[in-house]
Amino acid sequence: MKPIKSVNDFVIRFANVNGTGSASANNMFVKSVFRMGVPVSPKNIFPSNIQGLPTWYEVRVCEQGYIGSRGGVDIAVCMNPQSMAQDISTVEAGGYVVYDSSKPMDLRMHRDDITFIGLPLTEICRNEYSDPRQRQLFKNVIYIGALSALMNIEFGVLKDLVGDQFRGKEKLIAPNIHALELGYQYAREKFKCPIGIHLERRDLVGDKILIEGNDALALGAIYGGATVVAWYPITPSTSVVDAFEKYAKRLRIDAGSGDRKFAIAQAEDELAAIGMVIGAGWMGARSFTATSGPGLSLMSEFLGLAYFAEVPAVLFDIQRAGPSTGMPTRTQQSDILSAAYASHGDTRHVLLFPADPAECFDMGATSFDLAEQLQTPVIVLSDLDLGMNDYMSEPLSWNGKRNYRRGKVLDSGQLEKLTERYGRYLDVDDDGICYRTLPGTHPSKGVFFTRGTSRDEYAQYTESGDAYVRNMERLLKKFETAKSYVPGPEFYGAAKSTNDGMIFFGTSTQSCLEALDGLTAEGIHCDGMRLRAFPFNTEVENFIASHDRIFVVEQNRDGQMRKLLIVECEVDPKKLVAMTHYDGMPITARKIVGAVRNAVGGATVTPIRRKKAGEKS
Amino acid sequence: MSYLRPNFRHPELPANEKGYTKRHYEGAISTLCAGCGHDSVSGAIIQSCYEMAIEPHRIAKISGIGCSSKTPTYFLGNSHGFNSVHGRMPSVATGANLANRDMIYIGVSGDGDSASIGLGQFAHVVRRNLNMLYLVENNGCYGLTKGQDSATADVGSASKKGEPNPYEPIDLCALALQAGASFVARSFSGDKEQLIPLIKAAIAHTGFAFIDVISPCVTFNNTAKSTKGYEFARSHIEATGKIDFVPLRKEITADYAPGFSQEITLHDGSVIHLYKQEGVDCQDRNGALAAIQDYAGRGQILTGLLYIDPDTQDFHDSQKTIKKPLVDLGQSELCPGNRALKAINASLR
Repeated sequence: MKPIKSVNDFVIRFANVNGTGSASANNMFVKSVFRMGVPVSPKNIFPSNIQGLPTWYEVRVCEQGYIGSRGGVDIAVCMNPQSMAQDISTVEAGGYVVYDSSKPMDLRMHRDDITFIGLPLTEICRNEYSDPRQRQLFKNVIYIGALSALMNIEFGVLKDLVGDQFRGKEKLIAPNIHALELGYQYAREKFKCPIGIHLERRDLVGDKILIEGNDALALGAIYGGATVVAWYPITPSTSVVDAFEKYAKRLRIDAGSGDRKFAIAQAEDELAAIGMVIGAGWMGARSFTATSGPGLSLMSEFLGLAYFAEVPAVLFDIQRAGPSTGMPTRTQQSDILSAAYASHGDTRHVLLFPADPAECFDMGATSFDLAEQLQTPVIVLSDLDLGMNDYMSEPLSWNGKRNYRRGKVLDSGQLEKLTERYGRYLDVDDDGICYRTLPGTHPSKGVFFTRGTSRDEYAQYTESGDAYVRNMERLLKKFETAKSYVPGPEFYGAAKSTNDGMIFFGTSTQSCLEALDGLTAEGIHCDGMRLRAFPFNTEVENFIASHDRIFVVEQNRDGQMRKLLIVECEVDPKKLVAMTHYDGMPITARKIVGAVRNAVGGATVTPIRRKKAGEKS
Repeated sequence: MSYLRPNFRHPELPANEKGYTKRHYEGAISTLCAGCGHDSVSGAIIQSCYEMAIEPHRIAKISGIGCSSKTPTYFLGNSHGFNSVHGRMPSVATGANLANRDMIYIGVSGDGDSASIGLGQFAHVVRRNLNMLYLVENNGCYGLTKGQDSATADVGSASKKGEPNPYEPIDLCALALQAGASFVARSFSGDKEQLIPLIKAAIAHTGFAFIDVISPCVTFNNTAKSTKGYEFARSHIEATGKIDFVPLRKEITADYAPGFSQEITLHDGSVIHLYKQEGVDCQDRNGALAAIQDYAGRGQILTGLLYIDPDTQDFHDSQKTIKKPLVDLGQSELCPGNRALKAINASLR
């Protein structure tokens, strides 16, 4: 057996029981890697349950800065007897297992090709603490202390983290540091430290931050001026509204009165949530709801109303694995089609696809501009992976010169000067976008009736087929206009000229970029394009036109984005090769490289050589 | 019914204290059946708003789907209106109200819209005590789809089809009381003397004001065996008492027969005078519930103001929202700026 030797490039997986306080300890591990200047990306794999079921926290440490899921496990920290056999079996040959050795391990789980590191955690806790709750909580902190010795985590960094974590609860600092020391001392005495897989300080994270996508979206909504939030709790979107409330209570309180410059309505269901958003949008406020697939289905009828009556609305869909209740705590990108065409009749909606927290922040704010400029629903499609995991991200920034774009709204003065008859659905500027007025603006001018029934240019109810068709055609024109409003795609050109392309979006991005590098190393060249919005603009069409074969990478079974591209860009289906992944776990570069390699076939392939410790790419 | 309304109006129509004549409160011509109770309710809303001298553009009228939900087109033509989706008017009203607390909200719904498809939203808008007038035009049937029984149809009541309804009715007033409504009344579209002061009091009330108006469907549910027809309503109605609404403590000029009287001062200083026949206390929630059931048990309909609590917390109070309407907050008041963001970034490293 040859133990893996690797510095700053490995995957460690913590196996815990949910509800035992492991999350904050594991988070401490991640933060300490981050503060040592080494790129890190954690994925929380949790059950749809509050207490007692297995939960995993998989952390990829990668000096080269790849933060997508890698696949495979080099070190398993087995703190859950229930899943231990499975956890041990997933470790790569040459890897390590850290386990609680207070009781002898079941020999059937033993493997000769990995190193077992036993820490008598239960025993240490039994000797040290009398309170059962403390015994459980500190067990987590003790293994972090042991890992600090085993993996060369700077102890000072850990101490600082404890200080930050318990700011305001200072009496908790000393006992936590003591627990870290217990683990550290034990590991130092019993094992040769550090082990083959370990950390070294670098300066590779710059001013980046670690933040969950849902927090960034919520901050985007605050900075974007959202005032009315209506929602119904659903995993994995709940933390968007939790974060909005947390930050708004800090950032949106009227200094004089202490009153809130925002309102949050926890609705009775998703239908009511989107109804409230539309009511607020009609009245002129920036408003959003956050939901996931089942909620999106329930909101469909109202989305059709907002599309047809042209009311701004913003919906954050944090996608999870469907259909139906599906796997509620696993990730997928599978609401693309149902979001694009939500509701009966001929409808289509503006979609945004953020790929990281900085973009969640930006698109979170931009979605309100777009909704008001285009007077239509805007759906931001994030997912569980991005929404509920810490992502290493560029810091959030707000351009001080950026002004809200409120779209075509006639104010009292403009109405006063209006000489001709006001027509709510009159296409004055020939871009499909008409001028709206807000209730309460002017005593006698600009009033109109908003309805989901057909109407003429002056908002009068009509059953005239001609007037109906004119309106539907104008809505199409508006969608054409939208192409120049939404963010365009990003391109990643291959090192060599190629006829192959790869299209991806959202959380498939990190793994696709890593895969493109990996493929280049194998001599396979692919131009990359990251979609950022629907409707697709001409840049998207040109990219497709200028490549012969394009892999469309996405996390759903049916290749929904591929289908949307085929339909909307009128592409020959044979040209777009579906590359799907939908087991609920984030897609990995390994999988993409393998799939492309197979598709390309015949190309000379040299296996990827594992990078040696300290070796530069 | 389609006909053309003459454009002519008397040149000297009296104006209210804000300078608006009644014409400013009218809407488009009604397309409902001739004799529909709903048109009388529209008339009562017009009269109430005119008399209260509310500026029309300060009102937002919202509805769902159905005959009743069509009516906002037929009143307050100078107010913004929103005809939303079936059974979901409460949510649209809630969002609008959160956005702009300075507007006056009039929601019109029907028994299908509120007691069936929208029962959930109805119960929850009551719970939140949203500051609005929620008026149900209750005819016990689905008019637009040709007369199916609705959830408020009484057991044994028969519409034009002749089949007696076998199911227990949902009493929306009782439900509103149970869900904590702060103003609950019932009236009859044919009794403007009662309906107009009720609407005025409901608009002046701060909090959720619910009025269930028996409003007969002349086409499908005005039969001799229907308990929601004109004949039954006229002969089976008992009122809690005569009601008068006095805006902002103005002198009462109307003349009333002597009787037990109750005076309730609303949040905005207006006063409701209630001239009761019996000693029913309209500030007793349990008593109101019991009275509704007692009368229903005797085959009668109890109308009038059933319950009021003039000092409640509305949804904005519970939310602790700023007094200035959220919709009036500008970017400088909403966007915390880059410095705050830098501090947030620092906390995430």
